[in-house]
Amino acid sequence: MVRARPRVAIVGAGPAGAFAAACLLRARGDAEIDLFERLPTPWGLLRGGVAPDHQEIKRLEDTFDRQTLQCGCRFLGNVEVGVDVSHAELLRHYTAVIYATGAQTDKSLGIPGEDLPGSSPATDFVAWYNGHPDYRGLEFDLSTNRAVVIGNGNVAADVARMLTLSARELERTDIADHALEALRGSRIEEVIVLGRRGPAQAAFTSAELRELGHLDGVDTRVDPDDLALDRISRRWLAEQGTFTARTNVELLREFAARPARPEARRRIELRFLSSPVEIRGSGSVEAVDLRRNEIVRTADGALRARPLDTDMETIECGLVLRSVGYRAVPLPDVPFDERRFVLPNNHGRVHTPAGEPLPGVYAVGWIKRGPTGILGTNKRDAEETVSCLAEDLRAGALPEPPNPDRAQLDALLAERKPDLVTVEGWRAIDAHELEHGRSELRPRVKLASPDELLAAAAGRAPSPAPAR
Amino acid sequence: MTYVIAGSCIKDDSCIEVCPVDCIHPKVGAADFETAEQLYIDPQVCIDCDACVEACPVDAIFADFELPEKYGYALGLNAHFFAERSTAERTAA
Repeated sequence: MVRARPRVAIVGAGPAGAFAAACLLRARGDAEIDLFERLPTPWGLLRGGVAPDHQEIKRLEDTFDRQTLQCGCRFLGNVEVGVDVSHAELLRHYTAVIYATGAQTDKSLGIPGEDLPGSSPATDFVAWYNGHPDYRGLEFDLSTNRAVVIGNGNVAADVARMLTLSARELERTDIADHALEALRGSRIEEVIVLGRRGPAQAAFTSAELRELGHLDGVDTRVDPDDLALDRISRRWLAEQGTFTARTNVELLREFAARPARPEARRRIELRFLSSPVEIRGSGSVEAVDLRRNEIVRTADGALRARPLDTDMETIECGLVLRSVGYRAVPLPDVPFDERRFVLPNNHGRVHTPAGEPLPGVYAVGWIKRGPTGILGTNKRDAEETVSCLAEDLRAGALPEPPNPDRAQLDALLAERKPDLVTVEGWRAIDAHELEHGRSELRPRVKLASPDELLAAAAGRAPSPAPAR
Repeated sequence: MTYVIAGSCIKDDSCIEVCPVDCIHPKVGAADFETAEQLYIDPQVCIDCDACVEACPVDAIFADFELPEKYGYALGLNAHFFAERSTAERTAA
């Protein structure tokens, strides 16, 4: 008997989904792959997360396009799995379903005042400046002269940079127009970036940290006292520290040794060993209260911050961006590990919380391993999941679905989603944005409202506003 | 000369796959692979073939004489990574 071609649905067209599709096409050239995406545009955080001034990284989209959409993998955009199509329906139409939905929300700090107006997750600010359609209506108070960024990872570095770049620098990027307008009028003079632990434990990559220290017209400062490493950190750095951690400490020493530049347009201050304990204000953010920490080594060998019993310090500010990590949210009808915020899985094979296998259901990317790693990490992650899937296919462990014809799925989608965005629709959006970008000497000008995106996808592109 | 990997590296391993002399590290599975923020080219081993430049999906690899100014630091950084590594190996041995 000739076996039918395996039909695979990948839910989420971000980097993890794209790497999985590319990898699956290499492993099983006969697979029919449909890439489902809630938005009308593919590539997830590559479009909506990577900072607009990091255009070189966005070139990865050419590779994704070449290895997936140009190889017969279909794009099914503007379809939300769990809302427009259920998990059970996918299982009736596909041999296998791979969830690649990422981590869509932020972790909370768990301190009083964190939800005051003026205090936002940094991830909201990122989605806003990158033109994510769900976030275009947000407003950030940029009339204040001081912002506090809580966190010491690359998202914290990105938002600190976006708050301090000049309008002229931002104009050369694909930042969303609404964000460009707002940042043009920004009165922020100082951004204070707070790290709970010390300089040796900062989670920035040294590339991002170096960039923060070399921005045009921005004086980036570190208090030399913060760089006098405690005994535990010194020893850790010498014995277990990573190349990045050592490079970071060297960079920070360099920044601390530079003379102050009073003529700078803006300042960034990197503060370590400081935890916010309360965000205060009547009606909106007015100040952050901090406590000083020390580094201790826990029983499992990890280095943690422990609050010192000293006086509280207060920083007055009108904007707080909290950047302490992403977190995944449960998906309808799919098991979820509420403790680790991932789909319970074994190397990518999803199982119930009790460990019962769920044949044909897989996970890849942040929804599989948690929000860690960089873009390329998803490639190895995808290889692992896809090798499990390919093995299950070879073993005959995945029966043919009840509705195995592509036409059956297409009929269902035509009924549910008349405004489905296919690859042609995405190409129309892409061409429109690139063309508009050319007229403004920018890499692209993004359409940021669902209506504009869908109109462009349908070939009814709104005409570009006249160049400024 | 040598090729140099700059800070926009996303740790896609396409360059490692095509390098004919295995001069790009850390490799998948090495102890320092997971914690590495980028990959590095060993200038002592690189034979200037440019296979990695073609393979890189984000154009993060440059010939040393064509390194853009903002990535000027990367030449020293790539070399430094291997200097530290060989010290660590000698110490461990």
